[in-house]
Amino acid sequence: MCGTCAAEMEKKLHAVIDRHRDTRGALIPILHEAQELYGYLPLEVQRTIAEELETPLAEVYGVVSFYSQFTTTPRGKYRISVCMGTACYVKGAGEILDRLKARLSVDVGECTEDGRYSLDACRCIGACGLAPVVTINDEVFGKLQPDDVDEIIDSYDKKEGQV
Amino acid sequence: MNKVNMTIDGIQLYVPENYTILEAAKEAGISIPTLCFLKDVNEIGCCRMCIVEVEGAKAMPAACVHPVSEGMVVRTHTPRVMEARKVNLDLILSNHNARCQTCSRSMMDCELQALANKLMIEDVVFEGESAKLPLDIGTSIVRDPNKCILCRRCISACKKIQSVGVIDIVGRGFDAHVGSPFGIRLEETPCVNCGQCINYCPVGALKEKDDTAKVWDALYDPDRVVIVQTAPAVRVALGEDFNMPIGEPVTGKMVTALRMLGFDQVFDTDTGADLTIMEEGTELIDRIRGGGRLPMITSCSPGWIKFCEHNYPEYLDNLSTCKSPHQMFGAILKTYYAEKNGIDPEKIFVVSVMPCTAKKFEAARPEMSVNGLADVDAVITTRELASMIYDVGIDFPKLGDSQFDDPFGSATGAGVIFGATGGVMEAALRTVADILTGQSLDNFEYEDIRGLEGIKITTVEVADLKLRAAVAHGLGNARKIMDAVRAGEHFDFIEIMACPGGCVNGGGQPLQLSEVRSWKDVRAERAKGVYREDMKSFIRKSYKNPAIKKLYKEYLGMAGGSRSHELLHTHYKARDNYGKSPLPE
Repeated sequence: MCGTCAAEMEKKLHAVIDRHRDTRGALIPILHEAQELYGYLPLEVQRTIAEELETPLAEVYGVVSFYSQFTTTPRGKYRISVCMGTACYVKGAGEILDRLKARLSVDVGECTEDGRYSLDACRCIGACGLAPVVTINDEVFGKLQPDDVDEIIDSYDKKEGQV
Repeated sequence: MNKVNMTIDGIQLYVPENYTILEAAKEAGISIPTLCFLKDVNEIGCCRMCIVEVEGAKAMPAACVHPVSEGMVVRTHTPRVMEARKVNLDLILSNHNARCQTCSRSMMDCELQALANKLMIEDVVFEGESAKLPLDIGTSIVRDPNKCILCRRCISACKKIQSVGVIDIVGRGFDAHVGSPFGIRLEETPCVNCGQCINYCPVGALKEKDDTAKVWDALYDPDRVVIVQTAPAVRVALGEDFNMPIGEPVTGKMVTALRMLGFDQVFDTDTGADLTIMEEGTELIDRIRGGGRLPMITSCSPGWIKFCEHNYPEYLDNLSTCKSPHQMFGAILKTYYAEKNGIDPEKIFVVSVMPCTAKKFEAARPEMSVNGLADVDAVITTRELASMIYDVGIDFPKLGDSQFDDPFGSATGAGVIFGATGGVMEAALRTVADILTGQSLDNFEYEDIRGLEGIKITTVEVADLKLRAAVAHGLGNARKIMDAVRAGEHFDFIEIMACPGGCVNGGGQPLQLSEVRSWKDVRAERAKGVYREDMKSFIRKSYKNPAIKKLYKEYLGMAGGSRSHELLHTHYKARDNYGKSPLPE
């Protein structure tokens, strides 16, 4: 735990809140930026936002739990999203997802213990022509076969200096 | 107010333009079914039970939120409306855990059941997946989200009225449910256990933690001396659970019933209230004369205490150090009374019948004990007492009257008015004024601090003192007055009750369905009962209570003395809001 990093992050969070607090409907933009900052929205972050906006935490949590793009569990360095839209689904996204789960030993919404990968199933991302599609951070992988999964993960592991 | 002409079911009406269709129909004597609606609390039109047809409109608007307008023609019971209501109700029923046989509300308090009967639902058409969520069982409150119908009345009560806001809608679509953040148990959130959510719940999704089994066990234990005490607000509401009029005092019948249930002694918490006044009145005078911390704030309402611990910890030293009346009384029963009657205090089992769910949590606090013995062993609500009376088949309305037992049977009118907002302050002022002037003043009714105004502020002159006093009820109002104090406004004495209207409207009181609550002020009716009891009392000032005089003479010495402090006073500590872990990196 690095005390200075935590303090610096907290400063940034307060800056985010201050920037939005006087506008109507400030909560959602604040949540978005807070999630960008921390990667996820844990209780402590939500509580800070709630206290600053003088809004009950339950209301903040209600909003976070409503929108699927918000998450309360830590995300990995590489955020893997498997598109489960109709086209991807019929083209075998389910199997891709299963392979990823097995390879990473995590369930949907979870993060590997080393913090490297997190796995999500998302709604249609609009790349149906490439179905089935997986995104890892900003990179897009299309027309996947289940066997491609290992290769892709291997390439990321390699980037991290570990096979 | 401008008025508009409109027609509902062929009846021509001329109503204020700020009326909703529901209010206009009500005035015309037409009953439109509602479920989520609760006037002034929850007016959001989410259950779609009150939909009606409006001529010229394509969709069917919800009558509870749709305003009237000039020339509007409304039909409330067309086949299209009836069919749509049925489908909506069917959908609600399809995800309701209908274990009615074992539900606390099934006897007469379930609005969902009443509505299903009214709309003649014969079977649940849409059988499908149903939610299976864990129960949340606390010391005071039990939540069963599987019975919840998402009407959001509890959320409104908690957030809007009480400004506590520990529950809200969580999730989306089929997964949506009423819950606390991160699924934390209610008891570990800043919930204050006031139970207002229970009073507003139309079904059995919220109820008090049932402690009647504990009480029955004690009653049937031959080694136990089981003593019951009843709070002032219980007597003006208990009858409602037996179809008696709202606010009708049933003190004598209640005492009879308690004896029939097998309690060894039946005492009146009003005596505890008189004792509280002696201690709190003395404390107030001492604080003012001795430059103590002001304003002094009353500490009888355990919902308010927990609210203060969470939200205004820097004012904990402003709280009167007095325990609440039933705790004081419990402490006296296990010391003075036990000694005097040669009873081993360990054998005494004190049961408090309270209008309050927060009292359950209060009685379980470690602060509330003397010599390792809890002041009070079990707290049951007015509703739980009613269910015990039902259980043994007592025909309550037909019972004759009995008197409370001596030596604590002679409580004063000052003790009774504790049940209504403003009552604790009035009771205190009655005694403080006489102590300070050294005479028995005839003018002791403080009308300014009675009534249902959310915050009442007045200046009281007693002897050479000029007190600026405030009374707030409902925690939303408490927050306002505390924010004013924080901002530097000066008060000498503040009474705060967690529940709107005070204890008469506590979270443990008999339930009144929304169709009653929406149009009649239950709080006012019950408060009338309380003041009627006060008027009837032979003694109306706490310090004149002979039992109290004797108690001080034989045991406590003087009010605010060392023995009092050991038995009757306490302190509170600040509480976290959802834990204290730091922000992550």
